[in-house]
Amino acid sequence: MIQFSDITSWIHETLSGLLSPGLTFLAELVLAGVAVLAMVLVFVVIFVYMERKVAGFMQLRYGPNRVGIWGSLQVIADVFKLLLKESFAPDSVDKLLFNLAPYLVLAVSFMALAPISWAPGLQMWDTNIGVLFISAVSSIGVIGILMAGWSSNNKYSLIGAMRSGAQIVSYELSAGLSILAVVAMCGSLSVHDIIQSQADGWWIFKGHLPIIFSFVVYVIASTAECNRAPFDLAEAESELTAGYHTEYSGMGFGIFYLTEYINMLVVAMVASTVFLGGWLPFHIYGFEAFNHVMNFIPSWIWFFGKIFFIIFLIMWFRWTFPRLRIDQLLKLEWKYLLPLSIVNLVIVAFITIMGWHF
Amino acid sequence: MKTVLRYLQEVALAFRSLWSGLRLTLYFFTHPRKEIITEQYPENRTTSINIPERFAGEVVLTHDENNEHKCTACTLCEMACPNGTIKIISAQVETEDGKKKKVLDKWVYNLGMCTFCAQCIDACPQNAITMKNSFELSVYNRSDLIKTLNKPGSKLKEKS
Amino acid sequence: MENQDISLPLEEQTEEFVVNIGPQHPSTHGVLRLEATLDGETIKDILPHLGYIHRGIEKMTESLGYKQSIYLTSRMDYLSAHINNQACSLAVEKALQVEVPERAKAIRIIMAELQRLTSHELWWGSCAMDIGAVTPFFLGFRDRERILEIFEANTGNRLTMNYITPGGVMQDVLPSFVSDLKTLLVKVKGYLAEYDTLITGNIIFQRRLQGVGVLPKEMAISLGCTGPTARASGVSCDVRKYHPYDGYEKLEFKEILNDGCDSWARYLVRMEEMRESIYIIEQLLDNLPEGEYRAKMKGVIKLPAGEYYQRVETARGELGVYIVSDGTNKPYRMKFRTPCYSNLAAVKPINVGAKIGDLMASMATIDLVIPDIDR
Repeated sequence: MIQFSDITSWIHETLSGLLSPGLTFLAELVLAGVAVLAMVLVFVVIFVYMERKVAGFMQLRYGPNRVGIWGSLQVIADVFKLLLKESFAPDSVDKLLFNLAPYLVLAVSFMALAPISWAPGLQMWDTNIGVLFISAVSSIGVIGILMAGWSSNNKYSLIGAMRSGAQIVSYELSAGLSILAVVAMCGSLSVHDIIQSQADGWWIFKGHLPIIFSFVVYVIASTAECNRAPFDLAEAESELTAGYHTEYSGMGFGIFYLTEYINMLVVAMVASTVFLGGWLPFHIYGFEAFNHVMNFIPSWIWFFGKIFFIIFLIMWFRWTFPRLRIDQLLKLEWKYLLPLSIVNLVIVAFITIMGWHF
Repeated sequence: MKTVLRYLQEVALAFRSLWSGLRLTLYFFTHPRKEIITEQYPENRTTSINIPERFAGEVVLTHDENNEHKCTACTLCEMACPNGTIKIISAQVETEDGKKKKVLDKWVYNLGMCTFCAQCIDACPQNAITMKNSFELSVYNRSDLIKTLNKPGSKLKEKS
Repeated sequence: MENQDISLPLEEQTEEFVVNIGPQHPSTHGVLRLEATLDGETIKDILPHLGYIHRGIEKMTESLGYKQSIYLTSRMDYLSAHINNQACSLAVEKALQVEVPERAKAIRIIMAELQRLTSHELWWGSCAMDIGAVTPFFLGFRDRERILEIFEANTGNRLTMNYITPGGVMQDVLPSFVSDLKTLLVKVKGYLAEYDTLITGNIIFQRRLQGVGVLPKEMAISLGCTGPTARASGVSCDVRKYHPYDGYEKLEFKEILNDGCDSWARYLVRMEEMRESIYIIEQLLDNLPEGEYRAKMKGVIKLPAGEYYQRVETARGELGVYIVSDGTNKPYRMKFRTPCYSNLAAVKPINVGAKIGDLMASMATIDLVIPDIDR
């Protein structure tokens, strides 16, 4: 089977033969950037289509079914529509911040993709603080949202942005603590090490009940971090019309929409890397034949399958649950998730010290 | 200890209530053929679409095979109409025995103003008009909505 | 910046701001404008502005006949069009002292209760959507559609039926009416169970409604609230019980009361009313009287000079029709006492001090239909 590391090393050797070392590095950066951009955009298009279909089927309707086969070209058509529309800035908005905000949000969510390992040997930046970097960077996005809400000069936007700020600051904590449980068990912050430590079984199976609990907490907290229902208070269309992006139109709105899905992608990637073994196949200890069959499924199918599973979970929540109120949202975090996560972390630490995990 | 137990029980109950909702939406998601209720309108207009017989689509003046209608131009429908949708234009003609008689010249119906309340059908003593269950009534010109319901050359049905 | 107190420390120099919720807003369900004064997320004051959809229905009736006015009443509370028509017809019948045939009375009650079901189903969907769940909205519409199909087949229209007319009903029901309804009611019971699994039991939904928008009993009475809104505050005010019309006195049904006073109580009252409506219809289906569906009436109705008042229970509360006649074929004055107008009065007192999310929740459970407020 072709390994992705073979392809990357072949590209590196070819470029080195043609260019000077500095230029090679630059060319590789550009190539990686373009590749990730293209990959992510394809993912987002699939996610938007998937969301519409999931929403449709859950709401007893078909979803898009007119443009292309089964409505598959609907998303492309919508992207074209958004591109062609005027990106209108109302009078008396803070023009600079208003126009900057979507790009800041977008840039931040792309940054969070850097340390993620897509497949064996396919990783842009294997840093030793990978998981910490992701959770640190993903909380910068709220600044863009605050910027958008404040600069819009719209009261709905302002309320939405303020809600979003309170929400993301709170939920970062339990998202971080639940990842920390796995980090404590495997003893490394590097994404590559975390994946390698799950070669004999995913953490969600190896880590007993505490890790299953942290997985649940992580899914809840990350749903809140993505500003998706039932935690979509920042948008809350029945209360604030569209929250922080009320005043955006055309591609300004399009970028916020895109970012929502990229954030979901990041969250799903982190969840599948940390809890579900990244691109590693599913193994049951002792069943050699079964494990062998599982090894034949390519690693990228495993990784993408896990991503789609997490994304489906998040979508499923969105189309089932009502929205929380702002005080209930904060109560859920500070009175339920955070204390339980801290207790959980203590238990995980104890298990790790005693060496009780597999 | 009791408070801790109650706290945990609360969490468990919350999760159970959420799971029952999730199960229902998952059922909808996994049984699309059984549960989806939307009608594929332009495609099913000749097949599965169901328009009841009584559906009040538009007013028609019924004509029989001899191109005869039952309207005596009494204008009761015109008076019953709340919106001024109907305009009956009658003409005076002289019958063979020299009497002057009022006959229907034009039964003008403004579909654009009709609210399909069927008061005119209710008011008609001759049962000359009925509601048809057609529903694709849009036209490109507003003037096309003003229709003359009596067919050209039609005349009053003689009482047998 | 005028109302800022500079002597305070900087972090206490706060300012209230005014947000116009409506006339174009996703959760006012129509063109109602609420001028809300907010302190952060907390509501300090609400001033409802009416009149965005005022069509002058009361004035229009003065230039139309009685039969013609009835079709206008469908446009007030379009979700209980049958019941509005019934109110107007009953007032005219009261004035003329017409005896309505038994069959017509039974059909009227069945249609009115079906209408109550459709209205509450739509309310259930839109209430859940205001709280933030979108899927229930589609379920509510799916179930309403089943009942609308019955309306469409029997009356010819779906929303503004104009089916009930002075003296009876416009046309007899179809022969298959009873069997259709029986299969429908079985389905609707299943749908109601689905509602309970999806939304009623949901912890988030319960927490969003419990203790929100508390309308005490005394306040409900003094503001003139009626219908489920008042009954959830423990006010016994069902017109069907206290001033029975069209044979409700012969039927056995409960008046749904709840002492919770909050949005959750209003939610439960409406859910229970749907079950009660099914029960009422079931009683009538097995012995639907035979006979005429309509009493003989003159083509042009002239009421004897005098004043007439008739009240009915719509899906939202008490609808009163007050007719002053001068003996001609047109009313001298027709006045509608609509339930939503009185219930709107409760929006301000129950929401001051609540959060914006609570405003949506209590607005949703009061269940306002804006054309009914403005007429």
